[in-house]
Amino acid sequence: MPQKSSSKAGETFHFFTRVHLRELTGLRAHNLTELLEHLRTVPGSVIYHHTHHFLQQHQYLSPEPPNDFAYWVTESLNNNRLGERLASINTTEFPTIRDLREKIIKTIESEAERKKDQNQAPEGEEFHFVRAVSFVLPTPYVATDLQEFLEGLKKVTIGSLYYHIFESRLRLEKPTNDFSHWLEENLGEKALAGQINKLDPYTHTMEGLRKRLISLIEKRIPKMQKESHEAKRL
Amino acid sequence: MKLRDYESIVGRDVIDELCLIAEKLKGKKIQNINSTAVGGGVAEILNRLVPFLQELGVDASWDVIKGGDQFFKITKKIHNALHGKEETLTPEECEHFLEINERNKNVLRPEADVFFIHDPQPAALVRYKKELGKRWVWRCHIDISVANQEVWRFIRSFVENYDGSIFSAPSFSFPLPIRQFLISPSIDPLSEKNRDLSEEEIESVLNKLNIYRDKPILTQISRFDFLKDPVGGIEVYQLVKKYVDCQLILAGGTADDDPESTEVLLKVREKAADDPDIHILLLPPGSDIEINALQRASDVVLQKSIREGFGLTVAEALWKAKPVVASAVGGIPLQITHKHGGLLCRSIEGAAHFVKQLLQNPDYAKRLGENGREHVRQNFLLTRHLKEYMLLFLALEHEEDIVYL
Repeated sequence: MPQKSSSKAGETFHFFTRVHLRELTGLRAHNLTELLEHLRTVPGSVIYHHTHHFLQQHQYLSPEPPNDFAYWVTESLNNNRLGERLASINTTEFPTIRDLREKIIKTIESEAERKKDQNQAPEGEEFHFVRAVSFVLPTPYVATDLQEFLEGLKKVTIGSLYYHIFESRLRLEKPTNDFSHWLEENLGEKALAGQINKLDPYTHTMEGLRKRLISLIEKRIPKMQKESHEAKRL
Repeated sequence: MKLRDYESIVGRDVIDELCLIAEKLKGKKIQNINSTAVGGGVAEILNRLVPFLQELGVDASWDVIKGGDQFFKITKKIHNALHGKEETLTPEECEHFLEINERNKNVLRPEADVFFIHDPQPAALVRYKKELGKRWVWRCHIDISVANQEVWRFIRSFVENYDGSIFSAPSFSFPLPIRQFLISPSIDPLSEKNRDLSEEEIESVLNKLNIYRDKPILTQISRFDFLKDPVGGIEVYQLVKKYVDCQLILAGGTADDDPESTEVLLKVREKAADDPDIHILLLPPGSDIEINALQRASDVVLQKSIREGFGLTVAEALWKAKPVVASAVGGIPLQITHKHGGLLCRSIEGAAHFVKQLLQNPDYAKRLGENGREHVRQNFLLTRHLKEYMLLFLALEHEEDIVYL
């Protein structure tokens, strides 16, 4: 994995970007039973796509980027209660796609059982299971200190933020995001790393998230310079 | 037009990203093949995308197969049948189809790395895959979800031999034993139909068409075709008119050789009766500025279709930040997230209710329009289309979920 080397202690941070292509699985659901059946067996990249593509495709829609399951259940099956429950699944709580899949399945199962819901989607509004194929590419932007990191952050695409914040954590099953990891391990910026790690990226638009990160770092830089100046004086 | 001209619209980062991806395709030769150099959506797309691929340093070419009247009559039948019309191909017609594909064998460039074949007309060229090797992709530009099964079986026998296929919307596809990618079509924000217009330009078009902005404008841009439901559009307007004094513009072209469009127009005129607030505009081909101005002058844009291809008129209206009420058919649900970037309807009453809501709540209408424009910026401009085509060429070499380049 290319980003692995960049996040080792003492190393330069290389900004990567992530772009994706959608691939059809040919699987579709007309009702909750079929939705559940496929949810249990589709590859993780399918679950990932349907819980994350809103973040990139609808990045201006804040603060409610629902997942595709919530949207479909609400709009096509007219099941508002279940739609709401699915939309409120806090993706950040789940360290892996497997856990997230389990939570979605359990949520639908409990509702399907409760309501014996057999609503059918209108013709043409079936749920189509789509797989995301991710491509990870290096960008020309690198950072060896916080100032350079800030400059890079301002220039990279939202695909890059997406990759380092979301993809690394959930899909690649890393305990934290790449930014926090590098800031802590390389610059000793434990507090800043913690602040970034605490952000719930799912409730920001990608551009909103970029602004928030920039603001946190811009606030930190003068303090850091002051600390360094004082340390030298001592 | 150069790619950097789009930088002010999509952002420098997006153009830079295209350059990064293109670098990974250095040295690859991509040959596009279709059946017409001018006219039609496919030629329009290739006319823009091939030069941009070349500008990015990708060795892309575009060739057109040749066929006579008989061939194109057969391919028209195939096209209609794949759209669901009852048609049968005689063994002679199948034979002729294959023969013309065979005669066009010399179009194939043996040096190509990817043969990118568009639509059914040249689909049988894949019979040379064994001989030429390399990667073969079939791009289906039409909705084959209700295809006539007999004709589809014939086309499918070729499609199955490709390495991958591309469809515009998930609902347009059919189960296939090969990989199916999802790549939606796009609009060009700098084309005459979509570029920014000055107020003077808009006014000048409205004056020419005798439209006055004294009442809110509801507009549907589409061919006069039963499937676009212009009569339903009038019914929507009539329900709205009871509460909001507005005007309706139905603008689009007709085909002289299409008896159906004449009939539809007759029905539309009958339904409109002598209402002076209904404007039926027959626009000649190439009326791009007129369409642009009408969309920009509208308060709400309607697309009350019964069936749609992709329905890119929706993306065009959204790009102009117009609130749109559109039927949830074809590719429209991909373009509109209900209540976020427009409103999806399933009935005349529903459409009327939404139009009324938008006309009476300008702030809500404005927000939906702005969200819609951002959605188009992210997902339906040709830069995204270009990116996905390049990714597709790369994907053909990889089976995995995450590809490190």
